Amino acid sequence: MSLDYTNDTASAEALIRDVLDQYPEKAAKKRARHLSVAKPAEEEGATSCGVKSNIKSIPGVMTIRGCAYAGSKGVVWGPVKDMVHISHGPVGCGQYSWSQRRNYFNGTVGIDSFVTMQVTSDFQERDIVFGGDKNLDVMIDELDEMFPLNKGISIQSECPIGLIGDDIEAVAKKKHKETGKTIVPVRCEGFRGVSQSLGHHIANDAIRDWVFEKGTPEFETGPYDVNLIADYNIGGDAWPSRKLLEEMGLRVIGMWSGDATLAEMARAPKARLNLIHCYRSMNYICRHMEEKYGIGWVEYNFFGPTQIAASLRKIAAQFDETIQANAEKVIARYQPLVDAVTARYKPRLTDKTVMLYVGGLRPRHVTNAYEDLGMKIVGTGYEFGHNDDYQRTGHYVKEGTLIYDDVTGYELEAFIEKIRPDLVGSGIKEKYATQKMGVPFRQMHSWDYSGPYHGYDGFAIFARDMDMAINSPVWSKFKAPWKAA
Amino acid sequence: MAWMWRRFCPRREFPEANIRKDIPRVRQIAFYGKGGIGKSTTSQNTLAALVEMGQKILIVGCDPKADSTRLILNTKLQDTVLHLAAKAGSVEDLELADVMKIGFKGIKCTESGGPEPGVGCAGRGVITAINFLEENGAYDDVDYVSYDVLGDVVCGGFAMPIRENKAQEIYIVMSGEMMALFAANNISKGILKYAGSGGVRLGGLICNERQTDRELDLAEALAKRLNTQLIHFVPRANIVQHAELRRQTVIEYAPDSAQAEEYRQLARKIHANGGKGTIPTPISMEELEDMLVEFGIMKSDEQALAELEAKEKTLCGVA
Repeated sequence: MSLDYTNDTASAEALIRDVLDQYPEKAAKKRARHLSVAKPAEEEGATSCGVKSNIKSIPGVMTIRGCAYAGSKGVVWGPVKDMVHISHGPVGCGQYSWSQRRNYFNGTVGIDSFVTMQVTSDFQERDIVFGGDKNLDVMIDELDEMFPLNKGISIQSECPIGLIGDDIEAVAKKKHKETGKTIVPVRCEGFRGVSQSLGHHIANDAIRDWVFEKGTPEFETGPYDVNLIADYNIGGDAWPSRKLLEEMGLRVIGMWSGDATLAEMARAPKARLNLIHCYRSMNYICRHMEEKYGIGWVEYNFFGPTQIAASLRKIAAQFDETIQANAEKVIARYQPLVDAVTARYKPRLTDKTVMLYVGGLRPRHVTNAYEDLGMKIVGTGYEFGHNDDYQRTGHYVKEGTLIYDDVTGYELEAFIEKIRPDLVGSGIKEKYATQKMGVPFRQMHSWDYSGPYHGYDGFAIFARDMDMAINSPVWSKFKAPWKAA
Repeated sequence: MAWMWRRFCPRREFPEANIRKDIPRVRQIAFYGKGGIGKSTTSQNTLAALVEMGQKILIVGCDPKADSTRLILNTKLQDTVLHLAAKAGSVEDLELADVMKIGFKGIKCTESGGPEPGVGCAGRGVITAINFLEENGAYDDVDYVSYDVLGDVVCGGFAMPIRENKAQEIYIVMSGEMMALFAANNISKGILKYAGSGGVRLGGLICNERQTDRELDLAEALAKRLNTQLIHFVPRANIVQHAELRRQTVIEYAPDSAQAEEYRQLARKIHANGGKGTIPTPISMEELEDMLVEFGIMKSDEQALAELEAKEKTLCGVA
């Protein structure tokens, strides 16, 4: 069902040259390695992206990346709902990440769920000079008293913690002994690494060292137990995904970390299979579970019917015929919904071009969802992807697609200006600049306050939202009436 | 888009270093040196001698140990800016009177203080304390401000007194011991770093006698290599120890002693040295080691080998 098309390689290459021309020599040389055009690869049906990635951004450019703290608190740990997450350090980091990334959860805030709360140790000069360990100790006691239903506490380090060398691990051990609860110190100081990506890794390691290593709870296992890993439930994404898996006859014993409980994380090593959605942020813990507990893992993609069907079959292949038959039934059951959605939106969206610039898995995973609606991807790139992400991207993007790693504000603007796609999907920082250029835009980090986009249910919403952005009547008013065409 | 680069990345300009030409009324000096070399003792004795000369003095102790003022105040240890601030909530809650004590002949004494060893950030503490003292007028109505700083310039915080608009002259307390010489050379590197931007200068070396071989010669030779002077050679005397046990300076304990006169000489030399500091020329580790070899403190490799050979020969002869 996937579209067959290619983009214009020559013009994309010329565009990159134009953009690089504006840089000083040294910057141009560095940036040239991050900009490329997808070329045919040796492997059948794939392309090669050929860019360098996961390298320090150049000082002076406006990068769109985040920091290690953002990777740990904002992505991996923050959505765990029955833990209190302390932003340990001065107030800013906690304040500006307050409320998380619309990681939906069931529960009552302040009683048994704490995702949208801002808890910070609010470092003052005195804490820097004399160290913050004592305050942290008192704070954990107070939190435990105020929120007795919390199942644990995580300590998310901000930069100063690493600079002054506070021993948060010692505090965590001590408080664990005193309270009996899981206390997780995470060394995700913002200055570590080149982007939020290292924060994901550090956070994964913290799950390993401070959750798994503390013992696996008693849990009655079944033959179809799976973990749904690295779905952060943005706008409720994980729920339609989970629904599909359960309709297939699988039992989801852990959903990380969107709408997750600590117990789900602790019992994860008891599952039969790990299903990983965002490879970039949680492949580390899946690899660990594979090595230590012998649990295999499968990457899947629940964006758009083509990928959903392929993923359901891929997952089912790991189980017996009952599950495989169930998967076919699920795919067939949702076919009328898919047909209705495509019938309604495809005529309105066919041949529209899209440029993406997002993080994690989306620069590749959503491409087929667009193609299911007849749209074409002309450019894509990752904020903090690694080489393995770009390798995987080759299986999604077509020849001639513009590839930009860690794109700068200037480059993205120049690319959009020249290509003038029918839709740009990126973040809030890019949204208004793009719309002012007269180009329709959807935020693809937060689904622009909509969602979910995962699963068949999500696809319907996705199609509606893209149509709404592209075919909004506002674009007909873009040209001043006195400047007649 | 080229305009963006021109606008946001202007060519860097290097204006001539902002060197202070006039000498401000308040002279700010600092004592640096290897840990345990006798910085606090030397500085307090010298300042006691300066106050005898009618100078108004403020001491700013920049060492978490907070022992820069005990000989002047004749007390154990003074309450520090940071401990009082921690008790009160923050430095904003403090009054100058809370942290400043008056000691021998009206010398004003303050201590920055800091965390216990192994926690927090003492360097940030020094910065906080000095800013507090400046903002609250501790520097008004004094002729001298003297900083007494922790042994090594381990981080930016402990370099605070040598940065812009702080100490104009640094006096390095050293001795003929190898480690003290290494430290003196390292501190010179620190001064050199800030000499261009802040106008800090090296006032001279103060040699605290340890009775090592050819100590005076070595100190003078190092001073020459560092493009500075050996401002004074303070002989070793037990009376310093006696005075210290009584929490007093020699000037106060035995004003007529020969040692007191030594400190008075040093004080006079420092007083006359205003504005005469130099930009140091620190030397490499190899050069320093060569110098030590030259003075017979360290053996050269050839020497060491020759000795070893001779020793082996005698051993063989015996066998």
